[in-house]
Amino acid sequence: MHITRLLIIGLVKLVLLLAAVSIITFVLMSISPIDPVQAYIGADMLRVGEEQRAAIAVYWGLDQPPWGRFLHWVNAILHGDFGTSMIYREPVLDFIGERFAHSIVLLLISWSLSGIIGFAAGSIAAMKQGSWLDRIIQWYCYALSSTPTFWAGLLLLIIFTVWLPIFPVGLAVPAGVNAQDVSLLDRLYHLILPACTLSLIGISNIALHTREKLIEVLDSDYVRFARAQGEHGFTLWRRHGLRNILLPAITLQFASFSELFGGVVLIEQVFSYPGLGQAVVEASTKGDVPLLMGIVIFSALFVFVGNGIAEWLYRLVDPRIKEGYEREA
Amino acid sequence: MKRNIFLSIGISAVILLMPFLLSLVLGNEGLSTKLTARNLAPSLQHWFGTDWLGRDMLTRTVKGLTLSIGVGLIAATISGLIAAALGLMAATLGQWVDRAVTWLIDLCLSVPHLVLLLLISFVLGGGTKGVIVAVALSHWPSLARLMRAEILALKSSQYVLISKQMGRSSWWIATRHMLPHLLPQFIVGTLLLFPHAILHEAAITFLGMGLSPHQPAIGIILSESMKYLSTGMWWLALFPGLCLFLIVRAFDRLARNLVKLITPESIRQRGGDSR
Amino acid sequence: MTLLNISNLSISFTMYDRWLRKSIQPTISDLSLSIEAGEIIAVVGASGSGKSLLAHAILGLLPSNASVSGEISYQGKPLTSHTIAKLRGHEIALIPQSVNYLDPLMKVGKQVENAVRVGEPKKVRESIFRSFSLPQHTANRYPFQLSGGMARRTLVATAAVSGAKLLIADEPTPGLHDAVVQETLVTLKRLAAEGAGILFITHDLAAAVQISSKVAVLNEGRLVDLAPASSFTEDGLQLQHPYTRALWLSLPQHQFTEARVVDY
Repeated sequence: MHITRLLIIGLVKLVLLLAAVSIITFVLMSISPIDPVQAYIGADMLRVGEEQRAAIAVYWGLDQPPWGRFLHWVNAILHGDFGTSMIYREPVLDFIGERFAHSIVLLLISWSLSGIIGFAAGSIAAMKQGSWLDRIIQWYCYALSSTPTFWAGLLLLIIFTVWLPIFPVGLAVPAGVNAQDVSLLDRLYHLILPACTLSLIGISNIALHTREKLIEVLDSDYVRFARAQGEHGFTLWRRHGLRNILLPAITLQFASFSELFGGVVLIEQVFSYPGLGQAVVEASTKGDVPLLMGIVIFSALFVFVGNGIAEWLYRLVDPRIKEGYEREA
Repeated sequence: MKRNIFLSIGISAVILLMPFLLSLVLGNEGLSTKLTARNLAPSLQHWFGTDWLGRDMLTRTVKGLTLSIGVGLIAATISGLIAAALGLMAATLGQWVDRAVTWLIDLCLSVPHLVLLLLISFVLGGGTKGVIVAVALSHWPSLARLMRAEILALKSSQYVLISKQMGRSSWWIATRHMLPHLLPQFIVGTLLLFPHAILHEAAITFLGMGLSPHQPAIGIILSESMKYLSTGMWWLALFPGLCLFLIVRAFDRLARNLVKLITPESIRQRGGDSR
Repeated sequence: MTLLNISNLSISFTMYDRWLRKSIQPTISDLSLSIEAGEIIAVVGASGSGKSLLAHAILGLLPSNASVSGEISYQGKPLTSHTIAKLRGHEIALIPQSVNYLDPLMKVGKQVENAVRVGEPKKVRESIFRSFSLPQHTANRYPFQLSGGMARRTLVATAAVSGAKLLIADEPTPGLHDAVVQETLVTLKRLAAEGAGILFITHDLAAAVQISSKVAVLNEGRLVDLAPASSFTEDGLQLQHPYTRALWLSLPQHQFTEARVVDY
């Protein structure tokens, strides 16, 4: 299929998805017990007079029936106006951009690290299936998937900031320092602990999946034949294993943007890291409707991109599909 | 091997009952404020130490666990039922219903799970009700997909088609052929939801959108412990979380072992499938 | 020189049923045979008689739920899992059944080169392709792109380049054209003439008789007969064992005599 055609289909899917998410989010907000006007004004409730409140209500179309409100809101969205965050007093879109810039570093580092470590661990476990190493790796992964992310974060926080005061307790930059004076090293310093925590937790999925896939591959006829030819160990893995498990692993990593985001929310909370994750928590607990809606839509976009890349990779890389081969069932 | 599995199931069951037993044994006295016993490290009298109000951490943890397990169970069960119902509807009520349900599943999975949880509990105003509904409404998609696939496969399987040809009623086919296959899958699928439900409840509560701070939920305990970290009261975070971990793990193990018992194809004969 | 000697080989598998009931399935019982250098011994039997297992057993590639008893020795020395791991692909090579045994994501040229043990891989691969009448561009194809005949020749090539002295041909002619079958048999004969010992595992009795010196007949895991190829005459009268005779006579090219089902 033509690449441009696929791209267009993808874009259409994206638009439909975001539309659906927006509508449902809007509907949910409408039926929620939160008073919209109060939400927009928040703490300044007492200072705001009646006329001002009425004005805000009109501005947001609150005096109109639900359909009117919705169309009003859609109109605003299409103009790029996602509203203003009640807590932070900034246009939502700008704010999301800022916060995401912080989160993306964290996301990228932990995503890559967990991918590499998980892939290696899964490979080793499969190659040494049945051995103590395999058991330990499996045990670790299963234990990890039962571990509350935030608790692991708390433990690491205690160990590395209180007992062994190596890392800072939180935030993205040293407190009380001017923005211009913050160096790259400072930023890295504050990133290490949250990034490591998130990486450690993210390896279990990919490790177990890689292990299972590799065991399947190792059980296949062609690996049996390769063994019959005397291949073993690292060479066997490199020649026949790697090729056949790399693609599923990378695809899985891209498809795991959803869990990744969830992890980031919790980790940012534990480490007081000012990213998008912390923002969504603040928005929920403090009733910041426009911000919350904006982040929900943005996160849907984020997951979509991840899944989309995962799908594309398969099309581009597998030679069987490339050469138009129909896989035997 | 059979013995090992039963043993494992037994141990899991014991672990899961512990919080409830301990809760009965310990009663409520550890929950009250006792200013003379503040900030004590773990000792023989207070196995898990005490917090800044002198409350016994063991009691608080145990009560919190019972809450988490309770909420998790209710939410997961509701989720399982929703999944079964929707999966069934998708597979049996024709193409349009199927498309609609599939679309709904995709929609729910298009937003990060935690964000969806936050959104739903926000809309419901937080609290216990919010958590239960949020968790219930966000865990069903994967299971629904599974059930739908299973039912579709069964519908087109040989013996069902033959039964239909022989003139058996749909009800007969459903109860005699399909149910024996579906019921175990459903039970196991729902069981596998429990650990996730419990973890997510704890997460939501930790973030402040869940159970009210007046109840000793594990999430609350852990989020409060954050304020006291720098004072070195490590026991406030370690034990509650550790217990939560053990409980979730026990559920997970239990579900996996039942899977092993019920589906023989899942048994691998190569060395070492350690679970 | 005796290349391979198998004595009293028995293989059984442990399986777990629903609710984890253990059961033991025997597959090969008390098998004994030997192969000299330059000799082709055929092992013939119906599907399920355990022929392929024999190949895996010799190569040490049985799954871990298999239990093996009896002895296998190579060039007089016992073949342990340790020694076979060293000899695989070097002195003992497998000619597999189909392209399913080739890595689907690797070009076949590379796969043949990976099997070369002596000499420069690319050159050896080019020369073996020439001697098997394979066009050089075949090297750039993927397994699924090979036609039946090309696939067959490639598979034999992987074993031939290894310089192995003992070749195990596991069903080398599954449902192929006569022309391709003949070609394969000629190649095997040539390899034997060059000094290799070949274990020819097949269900095709006619093909087996054409090139082997002796034919071992398996029935339900038991070796019921080891007949010299010369005794497979048109009328089958020189065949001693009734099962062998029935098997031979039931072939389409002979009288198509119906074999009576008797417990041999």
